Amino acid sequence: MTDIVTTDRLCFRFNGVEILKDISFTLARGQFLGIVGPNGSGKTTLIKLLLGLLAPASGRVTLFGKDIGKFHGWSRIGYLPQKIAGFNPHFPATVEEVVSLGLLAGKSFPRRKKKNDRRSVDEVIELMDIASIRNKLIGELSGGQQQRVLIAKALVSSPELLILDEPTTALDPESRERFFSILKNINRQKDVTIIMITHDTGTIGRHASLMLYIDKTVIFFGGFDDFCMSKDMTDYFGEHSQHLICHRHGNVLTRIKGLDDHA
Amino acid sequence: MEILEFFHHDFIQRAIVAGCFIAALCSTLGTFLVLRRLSLIGDGLAHVTFGGVAAGLLVETYPFYVAVPIVMASALGILKLIDKARLYGDAAIGIVSSLGIAGGILIASIAGGFNVDLFSYLFGNILAISSAEVWTSILLCLCLIIVIALFYQELVAITFDEESARASGINTRRINRVLVLLTALTVVLAMKVVGIMLVSSLLIIPSVTALQFARGFRTTIIISCLTGIISVISGIIISFLLDFPSGATIVLVNFLLFIMSFTAVHIFRKRPGQGT
Repeated sequence: MTDIVTTDRLCFRFNGVEILKDISFTLARGQFLGIVGPNGSGKTTLIKLLLGLLAPASGRVTLFGKDIGKFHGWSRIGYLPQKIAGFNPHFPATVEEVVSLGLLAGKSFPRRKKKNDRRSVDEVIELMDIASIRNKLIGELSGGQQQRVLIAKALVSSPELLILDEPTTALDPESRERFFSILKNINRQKDVTIIMITHDTGTIGRHASLMLYIDKTVIFFGGFDDFCMSKDMTDYFGEHSQHLICHRHGNVLTRIKGLDDHA
Repeated sequence: MEILEFFHHDFIQRAIVAGCFIAALCSTLGTFLVLRRLSLIGDGLAHVTFGGVAAGLLVETYPFYVAVPIVMASALGILKLIDKARLYGDAAIGIVSSLGIAGGILIASIAGGFNVDLFSYLFGNILAISSAEVWTSILLCLCLIIVIALFYQELVAITFDEESARASGINTRRINRVLVLLTALTVVLAMKVVGIMLVSSLLIIPSVTALQFARGFRTTIIISCLTGIISVISGIIISFLLDFPSGATIVLVNFLLFIMSFTAVHIFRKRPGQGT
């Protein structure tokens, strides 16, 4: 299998304080990595390092076999940032305009629209079930609808690697199920590699093939079943660890109070 | 008939042509600046322009030529402060703005106090605009159209979400530099229209007027430009007919258009529960 992401002894400091230390892992094509860790453990920082948004103090990141400094294939990566409020709610763009922004990475200067763009946008709008709101302004939508639009923006370029930072926080249960069914589909049928930060243990239980548990450094990295057997999982999830295993085996379909909010 | 005669005056023609181009420049840039919460960069750079004009008067050179490099350097300085000193945009603008004013006052003091020329730049006089300034505003407007056309998608992406734009491989630093340098040039040009004290109104008010009801990014820019142009033409006519200061009149017309759009939108907007 081709290595999609490799990090080698990655360290990051901010104002002299060590935020991440010795993060090393490799992710192959088609794998689904769930990243967990307590608040402030450096999960989002790690993702920003993977995307080149932050420069590491030491160590290296390799994307699709290329050092990140020499990597230019950004259209191969779809990214959904953590905060839905990261954009201006009064931004005067329609849903269609926002989704189209996801196609920019694949274009060279001056990034003009191409003939196929319309079809790609139509397909992803259909996929995310947002056709009825395509001409609405992004600011007119509910939090859940905005999140679906942003997910569509991340998916529109048909990325080979999808990086999602807590993607389901604003979604209702029905939209969440639909979203994960789409993720499962693109992960298994199109071999899209997925990296997802989430506190939604039910999601991790059902979908992740690999787990990365960090708290400034790597506590655990390996297959999900190994994670279930490890003491690290009990340390992190505490009393909820049994529920996580149940989710994995598909027996628990209803939400268990407190489980999804556990951090 | 009186109105037609009014347009025969050379200085009125110059004022309207330059005013319309500068209004279009300010409105277009203002849309990006307002949405990026950098509205007050125009105000800050206008204050630096004051220092630049004072320096120009001190060395007895046409103030525009001295102000342009100073204001452009200051615009880059604001970006540097935001990036390197990890300051919020408003704090960085505040520092550069006060530095510009302080420099201007100091230079004026060295020159032996304020004089009439400096005050004319503070409050603007579009009716006294020269042919050279008209041509400069047309050229700059054409440059802006080319730059916006080339970087439009990047500018929209950065304005929507800078982090995601960077993750798409867009060189956000370069685009930010282009945006603030164009703003710096526009601010120096616009000081003749409404004056240093009121220049930020040309950047902010047309954009927020358009944002009240525009649907789509391109539409917002177009409506913003039209609002800016209408307010400049109406302002010039009203100020000439009623013998009002032109800069202040343009700003007040601008504000009137904003209030009208704000009121209209809030009256006609359907309330929740009133059906689709």
